[in-house]
Amino acid sequence: MAAGVAAWLPFARAAAIGWMPVANLPMPVAPTDKNKCQDELIVLNVSGRRFQTWRNTLDRYPDTLLGSSEKEFFFNEETREYFFDRDPDVFRSILNFYRTGKLHYPRYECITAYDEELAFFGIIPEIISDCCYEEYKDRKRENAERLMDDLEDSKDSKLPNMTFRETMWRAFENPHTSTMALVFYYVTGFFIAISVITNVVETVPCGSTPNQRDIPCGERYTVAFFCMDTACVMIFTVEYLMRLFAAPSRYRFMRSVMSIIDVVAILPYYIGLVMTNNEDVSGAFVTLRVFRVFRIFKFSRHSQGLRILGYTLKSCASELGFLLFSLTMAIIIFATVMFYAEKGSASSKFTSIPASFWYTIVTMTTLGYGDMVPKTIAGKIFGSICSLSGVLVIALPVPVIVSNFSRIYHQNQRADKRKAQKVQKARLARMRISKTGSSNAFLHSKRNGMLNQALELTSSTGEKRHLNKTTSIIESQHHHLLHCLEKTTNHEFVDEQLFEQSYLESGLQTFPSRSPSLSSREGITGTCCSRRAKKSSPPPNATHTHTLTHPHKHNLQELSAIHIQCGEQQTLNTSRSSLNMMQDESASLNCKSSSQVTTAIISIPTPPTNNSPCSPETPTNPPSNSSAGVVKVSAL
Amino acid sequence: MLRLALRKDLSRCVSVMLMFFREEWEVEGLQTVGFLLIVCSSLKLLHFLGLIDFSAEDSIEDDFELSTVCHRPEGLEKLQEQTKFTKKELQVLYRGFKNECPSGVVNEDTFKLIYSQFFPQGDSSTYAHFLFEAFDTNKNGSVSFEDFVIGLSIILRGTINDRLNWAFNLYDLNKDGCITKEEMLDIMKSIYDMMGKYTYPCMQDDAPREHVENFFQKMDRNHDGVVTIDEFIESCHKDENIMQSMQLFDNVI
Repeated sequence: MAAGVAAWLPFARAAAIGWMPVANLPMPVAPTDKNKCQDELIVLNVSGRRFQTWRNTLDRYPDTLLGSSEKEFFFNEETREYFFDRDPDVFRSILNFYRTGKLHYPRYECITAYDEELAFFGIIPEIISDCCYEEYKDRKRENAERLMDDLEDSKDSKLPNMTFRETMWRAFENPHTSTMALVFYYVTGFFIAISVITNVVETVPCGSTPNQRDIPCGERYTVAFFCMDTACVMIFTVEYLMRLFAAPSRYRFMRSVMSIIDVVAILPYYIGLVMTNNEDVSGAFVTLRVFRVFRIFKFSRHSQGLRILGYTLKSCASELGFLLFSLTMAIIIFATVMFYAEKGSASSKFTSIPASFWYTIVTMTTLGYGDMVPKTIAGKIFGSICSLSGVLVIALPVPVIVSNFSRIYHQNQRADKRKAQKVQKARLARMRISKTGSSNAFLHSKRNGMLNQALELTSSTGEKRHLNKTTSIIESQHHHLLHCLEKTTNHEFVDEQLFEQSYLESGLQTFPSRSPSLSSREGITGTCCSRRAKKSSPPPNATHTHTLTHPHKHNLQELSAIHIQCGEQQTLNTSRSSLNMMQDESASLNCKSSSQVTTAIISIPTPPTNNSPCSPETPTNPPSNSSAGVVKVSAL
Repeated sequence: MLRLALRKDLSRCVSVMLMFFREEWEVEGLQTVGFLLIVCSSLKLLHFLGLIDFSAEDSIEDDFELSTVCHRPEGLEKLQEQTKFTKKELQVLYRGFKNECPSGVVNEDTFKLIYSQFFPQGDSSTYAHFLFEAFDTNKNGSVSFEDFVIGLSIILRGTINDRLNWAFNLYDLNKDGCITKEEMLDIMKSIYDMMGKYTYPCMQDDAPREHVENFFQKMDRNHDGVVTIDEFIESCHKDENIMQSMQLFDNVI
């Protein structure tokens, strides 16, 4: 039921007057509502900050902690308030949820802290209202990604017993793992640089023989350059073959970008070797030498920035596509217009529309070479419009690409920071020490305990005193708990690794269902926590005395009562309710506050209503009401 | 003479223009287009900057109509006089009312929505409609807090006769003082609709009609096919069950 709608229940019940005259059967007795002081203020003390609200406000959501009887566990007798040892700032949002029916997520709050508070108070995060839900989801996703990154990094630890092939592959992928890999990494990098420089210098004209014009160095010192080229290609070939050998999946490796670059880098040399003497294909051979420049892309293995750039461009493919498309559209439009504008003028360079493309591109990217210039007025007008629009069209998708790049770059920065192994190692070591501290204490005390037992048997009191270490109450209780756990699971605590695992397992076992709610709830209202789904408790609770009061209005019972009344209009057979009614009337003399039971044909157990919140009493349930099918829990 | 000269000039102009257009029409045409483009865009820019204003197009301020009509109820004392609720009860009722309807009045859709929350498995919109008609005493299409509270006061704090009167008012759809079989059938159908599909035993199609026959048998004393208010009250007084069920409302609030 929605928030404020619970307050309209009296209206709904009043509206039932329309059914009364047409009913053929007697109505079941309504649960009497003697609690006139329903709308009392209750005080919620959250870590010192006091919140006050009406009890009805909290009752709006009966499947949460504050709306159900679970909050009675937090009731403080002396101060007559409910004390919660939680974060008061987050509690503000939670209480507002009860008041307004909308759960908001404050942006300054940490996502995990907020989630924990929601879980504590039994509110599912899905009901966060639309205004804050996107933000919540984004933060949650970001957090999850960051945790995933952490997980992946921590898997980086060295696995024992890797084959030679696997070691080699790891060495190739992460040069930091061993010195050999590092050496190899730097050597290849050096040779890539040498190769690229060689290619460049080859074409520089250096020194001239007096009779000819300047000839490039490559033709002057052919042998030297050839040797250098050969050496580089040797190294690259060896590297490629080694990578091919070490790759876990050779087929996939051969298809990857880097391997294609490698192949393209070394192939021209071999092709050149094969075809040096053939003059016909020398033209093609020259073209092939162009591909040698692709060796520079091998640097991307060495530089992370290059990889990020490549990845960014790939991820911004849609924006780039849009940019290209809009540019093409604009180029075609403006080229056409310029062509027709300049058609009239004599000696115009705008000979055709494709010829105008060049002008349009140069103008839109604000280059403005000046080799093609419009001469007519119309041409000048449209030319200026063209250059203005060029700036706009190009400027629009660029920030998107930039922000993508920035995000990916920062992500990688973070990954790098954490990859610094020394820091990670120190952190893990510290965490381990603190954990072993507590576990060691337990093992130690266990050993002490066993020794104590052994000593008792041998009855040497002196040593016993010596070994009887004083432990604090909490520690001893904790140890007792762990001991009980051992007994329960029939396992024992041992050394570090196994202890951690079993501790995690046992952590799940040491928390039995915390608070079986004392009053059962019907199935009509969805309960979010399974622990509250306990519907049946043993009937003989009549003598249970709790000091907690249970001042619920039990809206839902009444709701079900009305509902069932409708249902009973159909059938003519007397229901059990009428039988119980008579019993109740006789038994009600016993109780100060009448506790009624309305049962239904649909077997939903309804607890008796205890309607005296103002005076904490302990009514006893009439024993005659424990008929079969009626599950009662004394709501004391 | 003058006219002739004029005509000559005119014809010369026209011929020049025509020649103009024929030979260099492409360039000149584009030139004109270009000029027009610049002029229009600068005008648009100026309009956008707010320096000039085109003709009487009213701008956005008209959109801020007062969409919410706020209604405040009369004072607490006055309501206390009009109804039989105590001050505290009125306070509780008003808080609930205001929470759900901050504007102070309920319209029929909200009314239906609220009522449907209580009957999720059936369709309560028809019955809610009848209720709305019954609560909306001044027939202005909305139920204010006063209407609401006055209605509730009659049902929850009134005498048996008051309550029966109110129920009769609910049934009498056209407010003519008597309930016909058709009206009763509508009411009955709306009540049965609230049950929904999944009932035990299974819902028969003629169940409302049967029930209406039953009702008329009981209520219609003179068997004239309608139930008047007196017949209604009289028959209800004679029926044990109805009398007892009227007591139910004593303790709702």
